Amino acid sequence: MNPIYVDNNATTRVAPEVLEAMLPYFSDLYGNPSSMHTFGGSVGSKVRAAREQVAQLLGALPEEILFTSCGTESDSTAIYAAIRSNPEKKHIITTRVEHPAVKNLFEHLGKKGYRVTVVPVDRQGRLDLDTLYKNLSDDTAVVSVMWANNETGTIFPVEEIARKVRERGIVFHTDAVQAVGKMPITMADSAIDMLSLSGHKLHAPKGIGVLYVRKGTQFAPFLMGGHQEGGRRAGTENTASIIGMGRAAQLAMESMQDENTRVKALRDKLETELLNRVPHSMINGDPENRLPNTTSIAFEYVEGEAILLLMDQHGICASSGSACTSGSLEPSHVLRAMGVPFTAAHGSIRYSLSIYNTEEEIDFIIDKMPTIIERLRQMSPFWQR
Amino acid sequence: MWDYTNKVKDHFLNPRNVGFIDDFDGLGEVGSLACGDALKLTFKLDEGERIADAKFQTFGCASAIASSSALTEMVKGMTLDEAAKVTNEDIADFLGGLPKEKMHCSVMGRDAMEKAIAYYRGEAEKQVEGEIVCECFGVTDRQIERAVKENGLTSIEEVTDYVKAGGGCENCHDKIQFIIDDILGNAPRAAKKPEALTNIQKIKMIDATLEREIKPALNQDGGDIELVDVDGNRVMVKLRGTCASCSKSQITLKHYVETKLKDLVSQDLVVEEV
Repeated sequence: MNPIYVDNNATTRVAPEVLEAMLPYFSDLYGNPSSMHTFGGSVGSKVRAAREQVAQLLGALPEEILFTSCGTESDSTAIYAAIRSNPEKKHIITTRVEHPAVKNLFEHLGKKGYRVTVVPVDRQGRLDLDTLYKNLSDDTAVVSVMWANNETGTIFPVEEIARKVRERGIVFHTDAVQAVGKMPITMADSAIDMLSLSGHKLHAPKGIGVLYVRKGTQFAPFLMGGHQEGGRRAGTENTASIIGMGRAAQLAMESMQDENTRVKALRDKLETELLNRVPHSMINGDPENRLPNTTSIAFEYVEGEAILLLMDQHGICASSGSACTSGSLEPSHVLRAMGVPFTAAHGSIRYSLSIYNTEEEIDFIIDKMPTIIERLRQMSPFWQR
Repeated sequence: MWDYTNKVKDHFLNPRNVGFIDDFDGLGEVGSLACGDALKLTFKLDEGERIADAKFQTFGCASAIASSSALTEMVKGMTLDEAAKVTNEDIADFLGGLPKEKMHCSVMGRDAMEKAIAYYRGEAEKQVEGEIVCECFGVTDRQIERAVKENGLTSIEEVTDYVKAGGGCENCHDKIQFIIDDILGNAPRAAKKPEALTNIQKIKMIDATLEREIKPALNQDGGDIELVDVDGNRVMVKLRGTCASCSKSQITLKHYVETKLKDLVSQDLVVEEV
């Protein structure tokens, strides 16, 4: 039986069209895009085409697109570029619900002497914008706020934040790894200075990321060496993956409508049915401003890892905000930041869909989940109380 | 995904002895919702004072459920003295091993058995012995000492794996390391832990430390520091002289001033420039 994969915020399958576009660059077309000869040059022209495809998805200029190895590299590159371009500034701002790629870097910078403001969220995962704005100062080097949360799907008003941050002459970066491809983005009209995305979240392979850097933004390279990527990221290009990334960007534009209608309808059906059929269950996150493919549902009085393993028995693949799946002992920092009670945080399951999910799969999950939760609750000492 | 043995998987997917014995002889409850796992254990004795039946209810991950299931299977037929000798290692061994991060599940089983036996024997509910070291999971120094001694633990990570202490905010790591070092003979244990400071004592000590230790060092480089206020554990200071305009002043503040005050006054202090 093929697995029913609803863990697309973790990673996505490589689209067949993307794989097809990439394959020749693993075999016959192996030239170095930086070479002077025609053999390498033909690969170089494909890399340029991919850059244009990604620029189109973001509503940006091709020269504003920097290929990296992953979302994490894009985040680190952006944040280090901002602080190294403003060495006199010692204050940085982020949120309590960032992905570890940003969260852990800010914690590291805090230990290195930076004053870090971490903006809290409310019970629905919405940002406390007053705290963010009040803390902007002449000493602030960078503000980094994710566009959409990977666990709850909550969308933050980054365009509005970016405008306020720019008014103060401060660099604004957004980790848009979950947002790109699922919602329209036009960087030309935006005040965002830098934006990170990751290929494997939108049906390109793992190992390819993108950093958008607005033209004119002060930039200090993270990797130094050759002159690739306009001297902003040295290293021979991961050509096959870049070409795959370009094709995936093109497909994302074509599928965005489907994501916002059919996928959203499937997500809503899954959510509504599970809340109806499983007592003591609730949605984590902003019910309004949310990615169309994501729902995080808390099942009270049961533990996430146990739920996931029973789901796995039925071939259903999802994620949990439970401590036990992460190797930590505390439930997800996102759910804790939102003040989700322990009764619910330990039993939270994230379902994240893609254009490849079908209604039959959603019906199957709806059919199996109540039994799984009931089985574990019958074992739980808290359920009878 | 955790690497579970087939026996752990079997006891998770087909748990034995789930339930609650209404006319129980022994009852032991451990853990909590906040901690992420909890176990309620009941047993019934036969006429020969051997465990005739044991049942469990568990909130927790696969290894917590498997450990509970294994424990109930192991103790059936045992006398209470025999059951009291079942260690967490015995439970883990019965399952063919547990991932190290999950050893606390087997400790939970052992603790529940101890409580259930104490209940039967009419022994008063044991008060939590010792001083809470890990606030996040409510683990005492005695519990940590026991885990270290019984399981030969040598690192904070191992302590966390076995009793959870240190797995939350990590503020207690220094104290855990102190206990480990003490047991392993790596460091002499202090005769007595310092009492909690009153606000006045704290302010006086901060002021004295600034005057005695910190100011002279800053003065050497033409800088100075002034204590502005103390609010709880927030120490508000103003840098003066060359320190005020130094590009590395925040590093001085965090890496030198705060470290000194933490070492010499209280680990909880946070220094801020105002």
